[in-house]
Amino acid sequence: MIGHIAARELRTLFLSPLAWSILGVVLFILAWLFLSQLDQYVRLQPQIALMQAPPGLAEVIVAPLFGSAGIVLLLVVPLVTMRLVSDERRSRTLPLLFSAPVSMIEIILGKYLGVMAFLSILLGLIALMPLSLLTAGSLDLGQFAAGLLGLFLMLAAFAAIGLYISTLTAQPTVAAVATFGALLLLWVINLTGNAVDDSGSRGVFAYLSLQQHYEALLGGVFNSSDVVYYLLLIVVFLVFSVRRLDADRLQH
Amino acid sequence: MDMDTLIDVQHLTRYFGTHRAVNGLSFQVRRGEVLGFLGPNGAGKSTTMQMITGNLAPSEGRVLINGIDLLDNPREAKAALGYLPEQPPLYRELTVDEFLTYSARLNRIPGNRVRQAVVAARERCGLAEVGRRLIGNLSKGYQQRVGIAQAIIHQPAVVILDEPTVGLDPIQIREIRTLIRELSAEHSVILSTHILPEVQATCDRVQIINRGELVLTDTIDGLTRRMQLAALRVALRFPPPAAALQGIDGVQEVEPLEEGRYRLHHTPETNPAEAVAAAAVHGGWGLLELTPERLSLEDIFVQLTRNEPMVEDAA
Repeated sequence: MIGHIAARELRTLFLSPLAWSILGVVLFILAWLFLSQLDQYVRLQPQIALMQAPPGLAEVIVAPLFGSAGIVLLLVVPLVTMRLVSDERRSRTLPLLFSAPVSMIEIILGKYLGVMAFLSILLGLIALMPLSLLTAGSLDLGQFAAGLLGLFLMLAAFAAIGLYISTLTAQPTVAAVATFGALLLLWVINLTGNAVDDSGSRGVFAYLSLQQHYEALLGGVFNSSDVVYYLLLIVVFLVFSVRRLDADRLQH
Repeated sequence: MDMDTLIDVQHLTRYFGTHRAVNGLSFQVRRGEVLGFLGPNGAGKSTTMQMITGNLAPSEGRVLINGIDLLDNPREAKAALGYLPEQPPLYRELTVDEFLTYSARLNRIPGNRVRQAVVAARERCGLAEVGRRLIGNLSKGYQQRVGIAQAIIHQPAVVILDEPTVGLDPIQIREIRTLIRELSAEHSVILSTHILPEVQATCDRVQIINRGELVLTDTIDGLTRRMQLAALRVALRFPPPAAALQGIDGVQEVEPLEEGRYRLHHTPETNPAEAVAAAAVHGGWGLLELTPERLSLEDIFVQLTRNEPMVEDAA
């Protein structure tokens, strides 16, 4: 059942030009960054070769690429998640789901997985760029995998937050703007932390930041606390979404 | 409750804030019955429908669909339910076939029977030629049919239609009415509307709701009887003195109308029409017209739904 809802969601995404233009624009920008990074590497190669412990391709090319991908996708995910529930609410199609023998959890998970399927396609295409380097050289696959996992988890967290905000409104654009604001805040929240002297609250702000955990994974450090952070974020916002959708029935 | 009661609504109440939209509604619908649900705008029709279909949680009361409690076992109860809301829930970007396939799957029709169910629902609602067209490009009437097809695709025991003929042309309205009559052979249907002739044309039983409360429940036959006033209307070319009319057997009261026309009130048990005709012929009054007077459904509706505001004004 979740699969059918997810498939419908994915199909609707690809029926509008939005998904295609997102794929096109994101991949174009990232390919540009990838090529300029590669170009720089090739230019500096004589010097790199002389170093004692030369940085690998993964460090010089993959980490910056995934780093920029994180920021580009922070801008793009709100556009993908905005219409998940808000659009159905606006065009009054929710009764179709509510009067079918389907639970709220199935509806939310179906919608979430639909978006995740789209983001996974995008992620797969992005991952092909660094993988193409394997034809010409060697790549630290461990660091690559950690970075890819980090990007995947971060996208999953973005989508969960976007889905929740989409359940709050009947206006897709409002959902997009609010999601973008929320994500950006979570991205830069550690900057505020730096200004606070108290090390305890600085730690809290740093822990809340999406960026902090992502950078650790990009560097190839797989720390379960980073993974738990993302999983926690995803579960919390999915539970919120289910609760919010259920509240539609209980409205006063 | 016997086995044939498909919908059992008990003391359904719904508050919006302090406003009580629906107040202690109880009714039952049996298999093969079409129940017409009437009421002025804002009387609580749609709210009731939303509660019966699980789109809105009631503040108090129970709903049993096919004997299954909607609140305790929503999944089982909803499997026996098809619902067309006031605005049909259609994904405009899908084709009719895609949409019906999706709703068949949502209603847990096994994978190998989905195709068959889609074809059957399409045939039934006259959508055979538009299967490959985008719903967004269809006319309002066709969209309405897609909405009905979606509601009956899983052969539910109970079909609930909220104003299914709004915005349709007269031919489409007739087609949809025929479809509803066909549906009632296997399903129980609740039909909400404020088009009165529609009720007389399609329903077995009528229920009128006003300000969240049931003010009338009756069968169509009972309603027809209720509509018969105990009065005759006569027009005479050479009217006799009123006393002569009064003297006819069974006539209780003579009410003169415009020239040569009278309303003759009689007891419900007797019908003095024959005696009036005989007297007219005998006395050479020149009988032009002799008709039993009846109320229209509209009169009853207005009578029932007008009363309360007046009480409130007095208070």
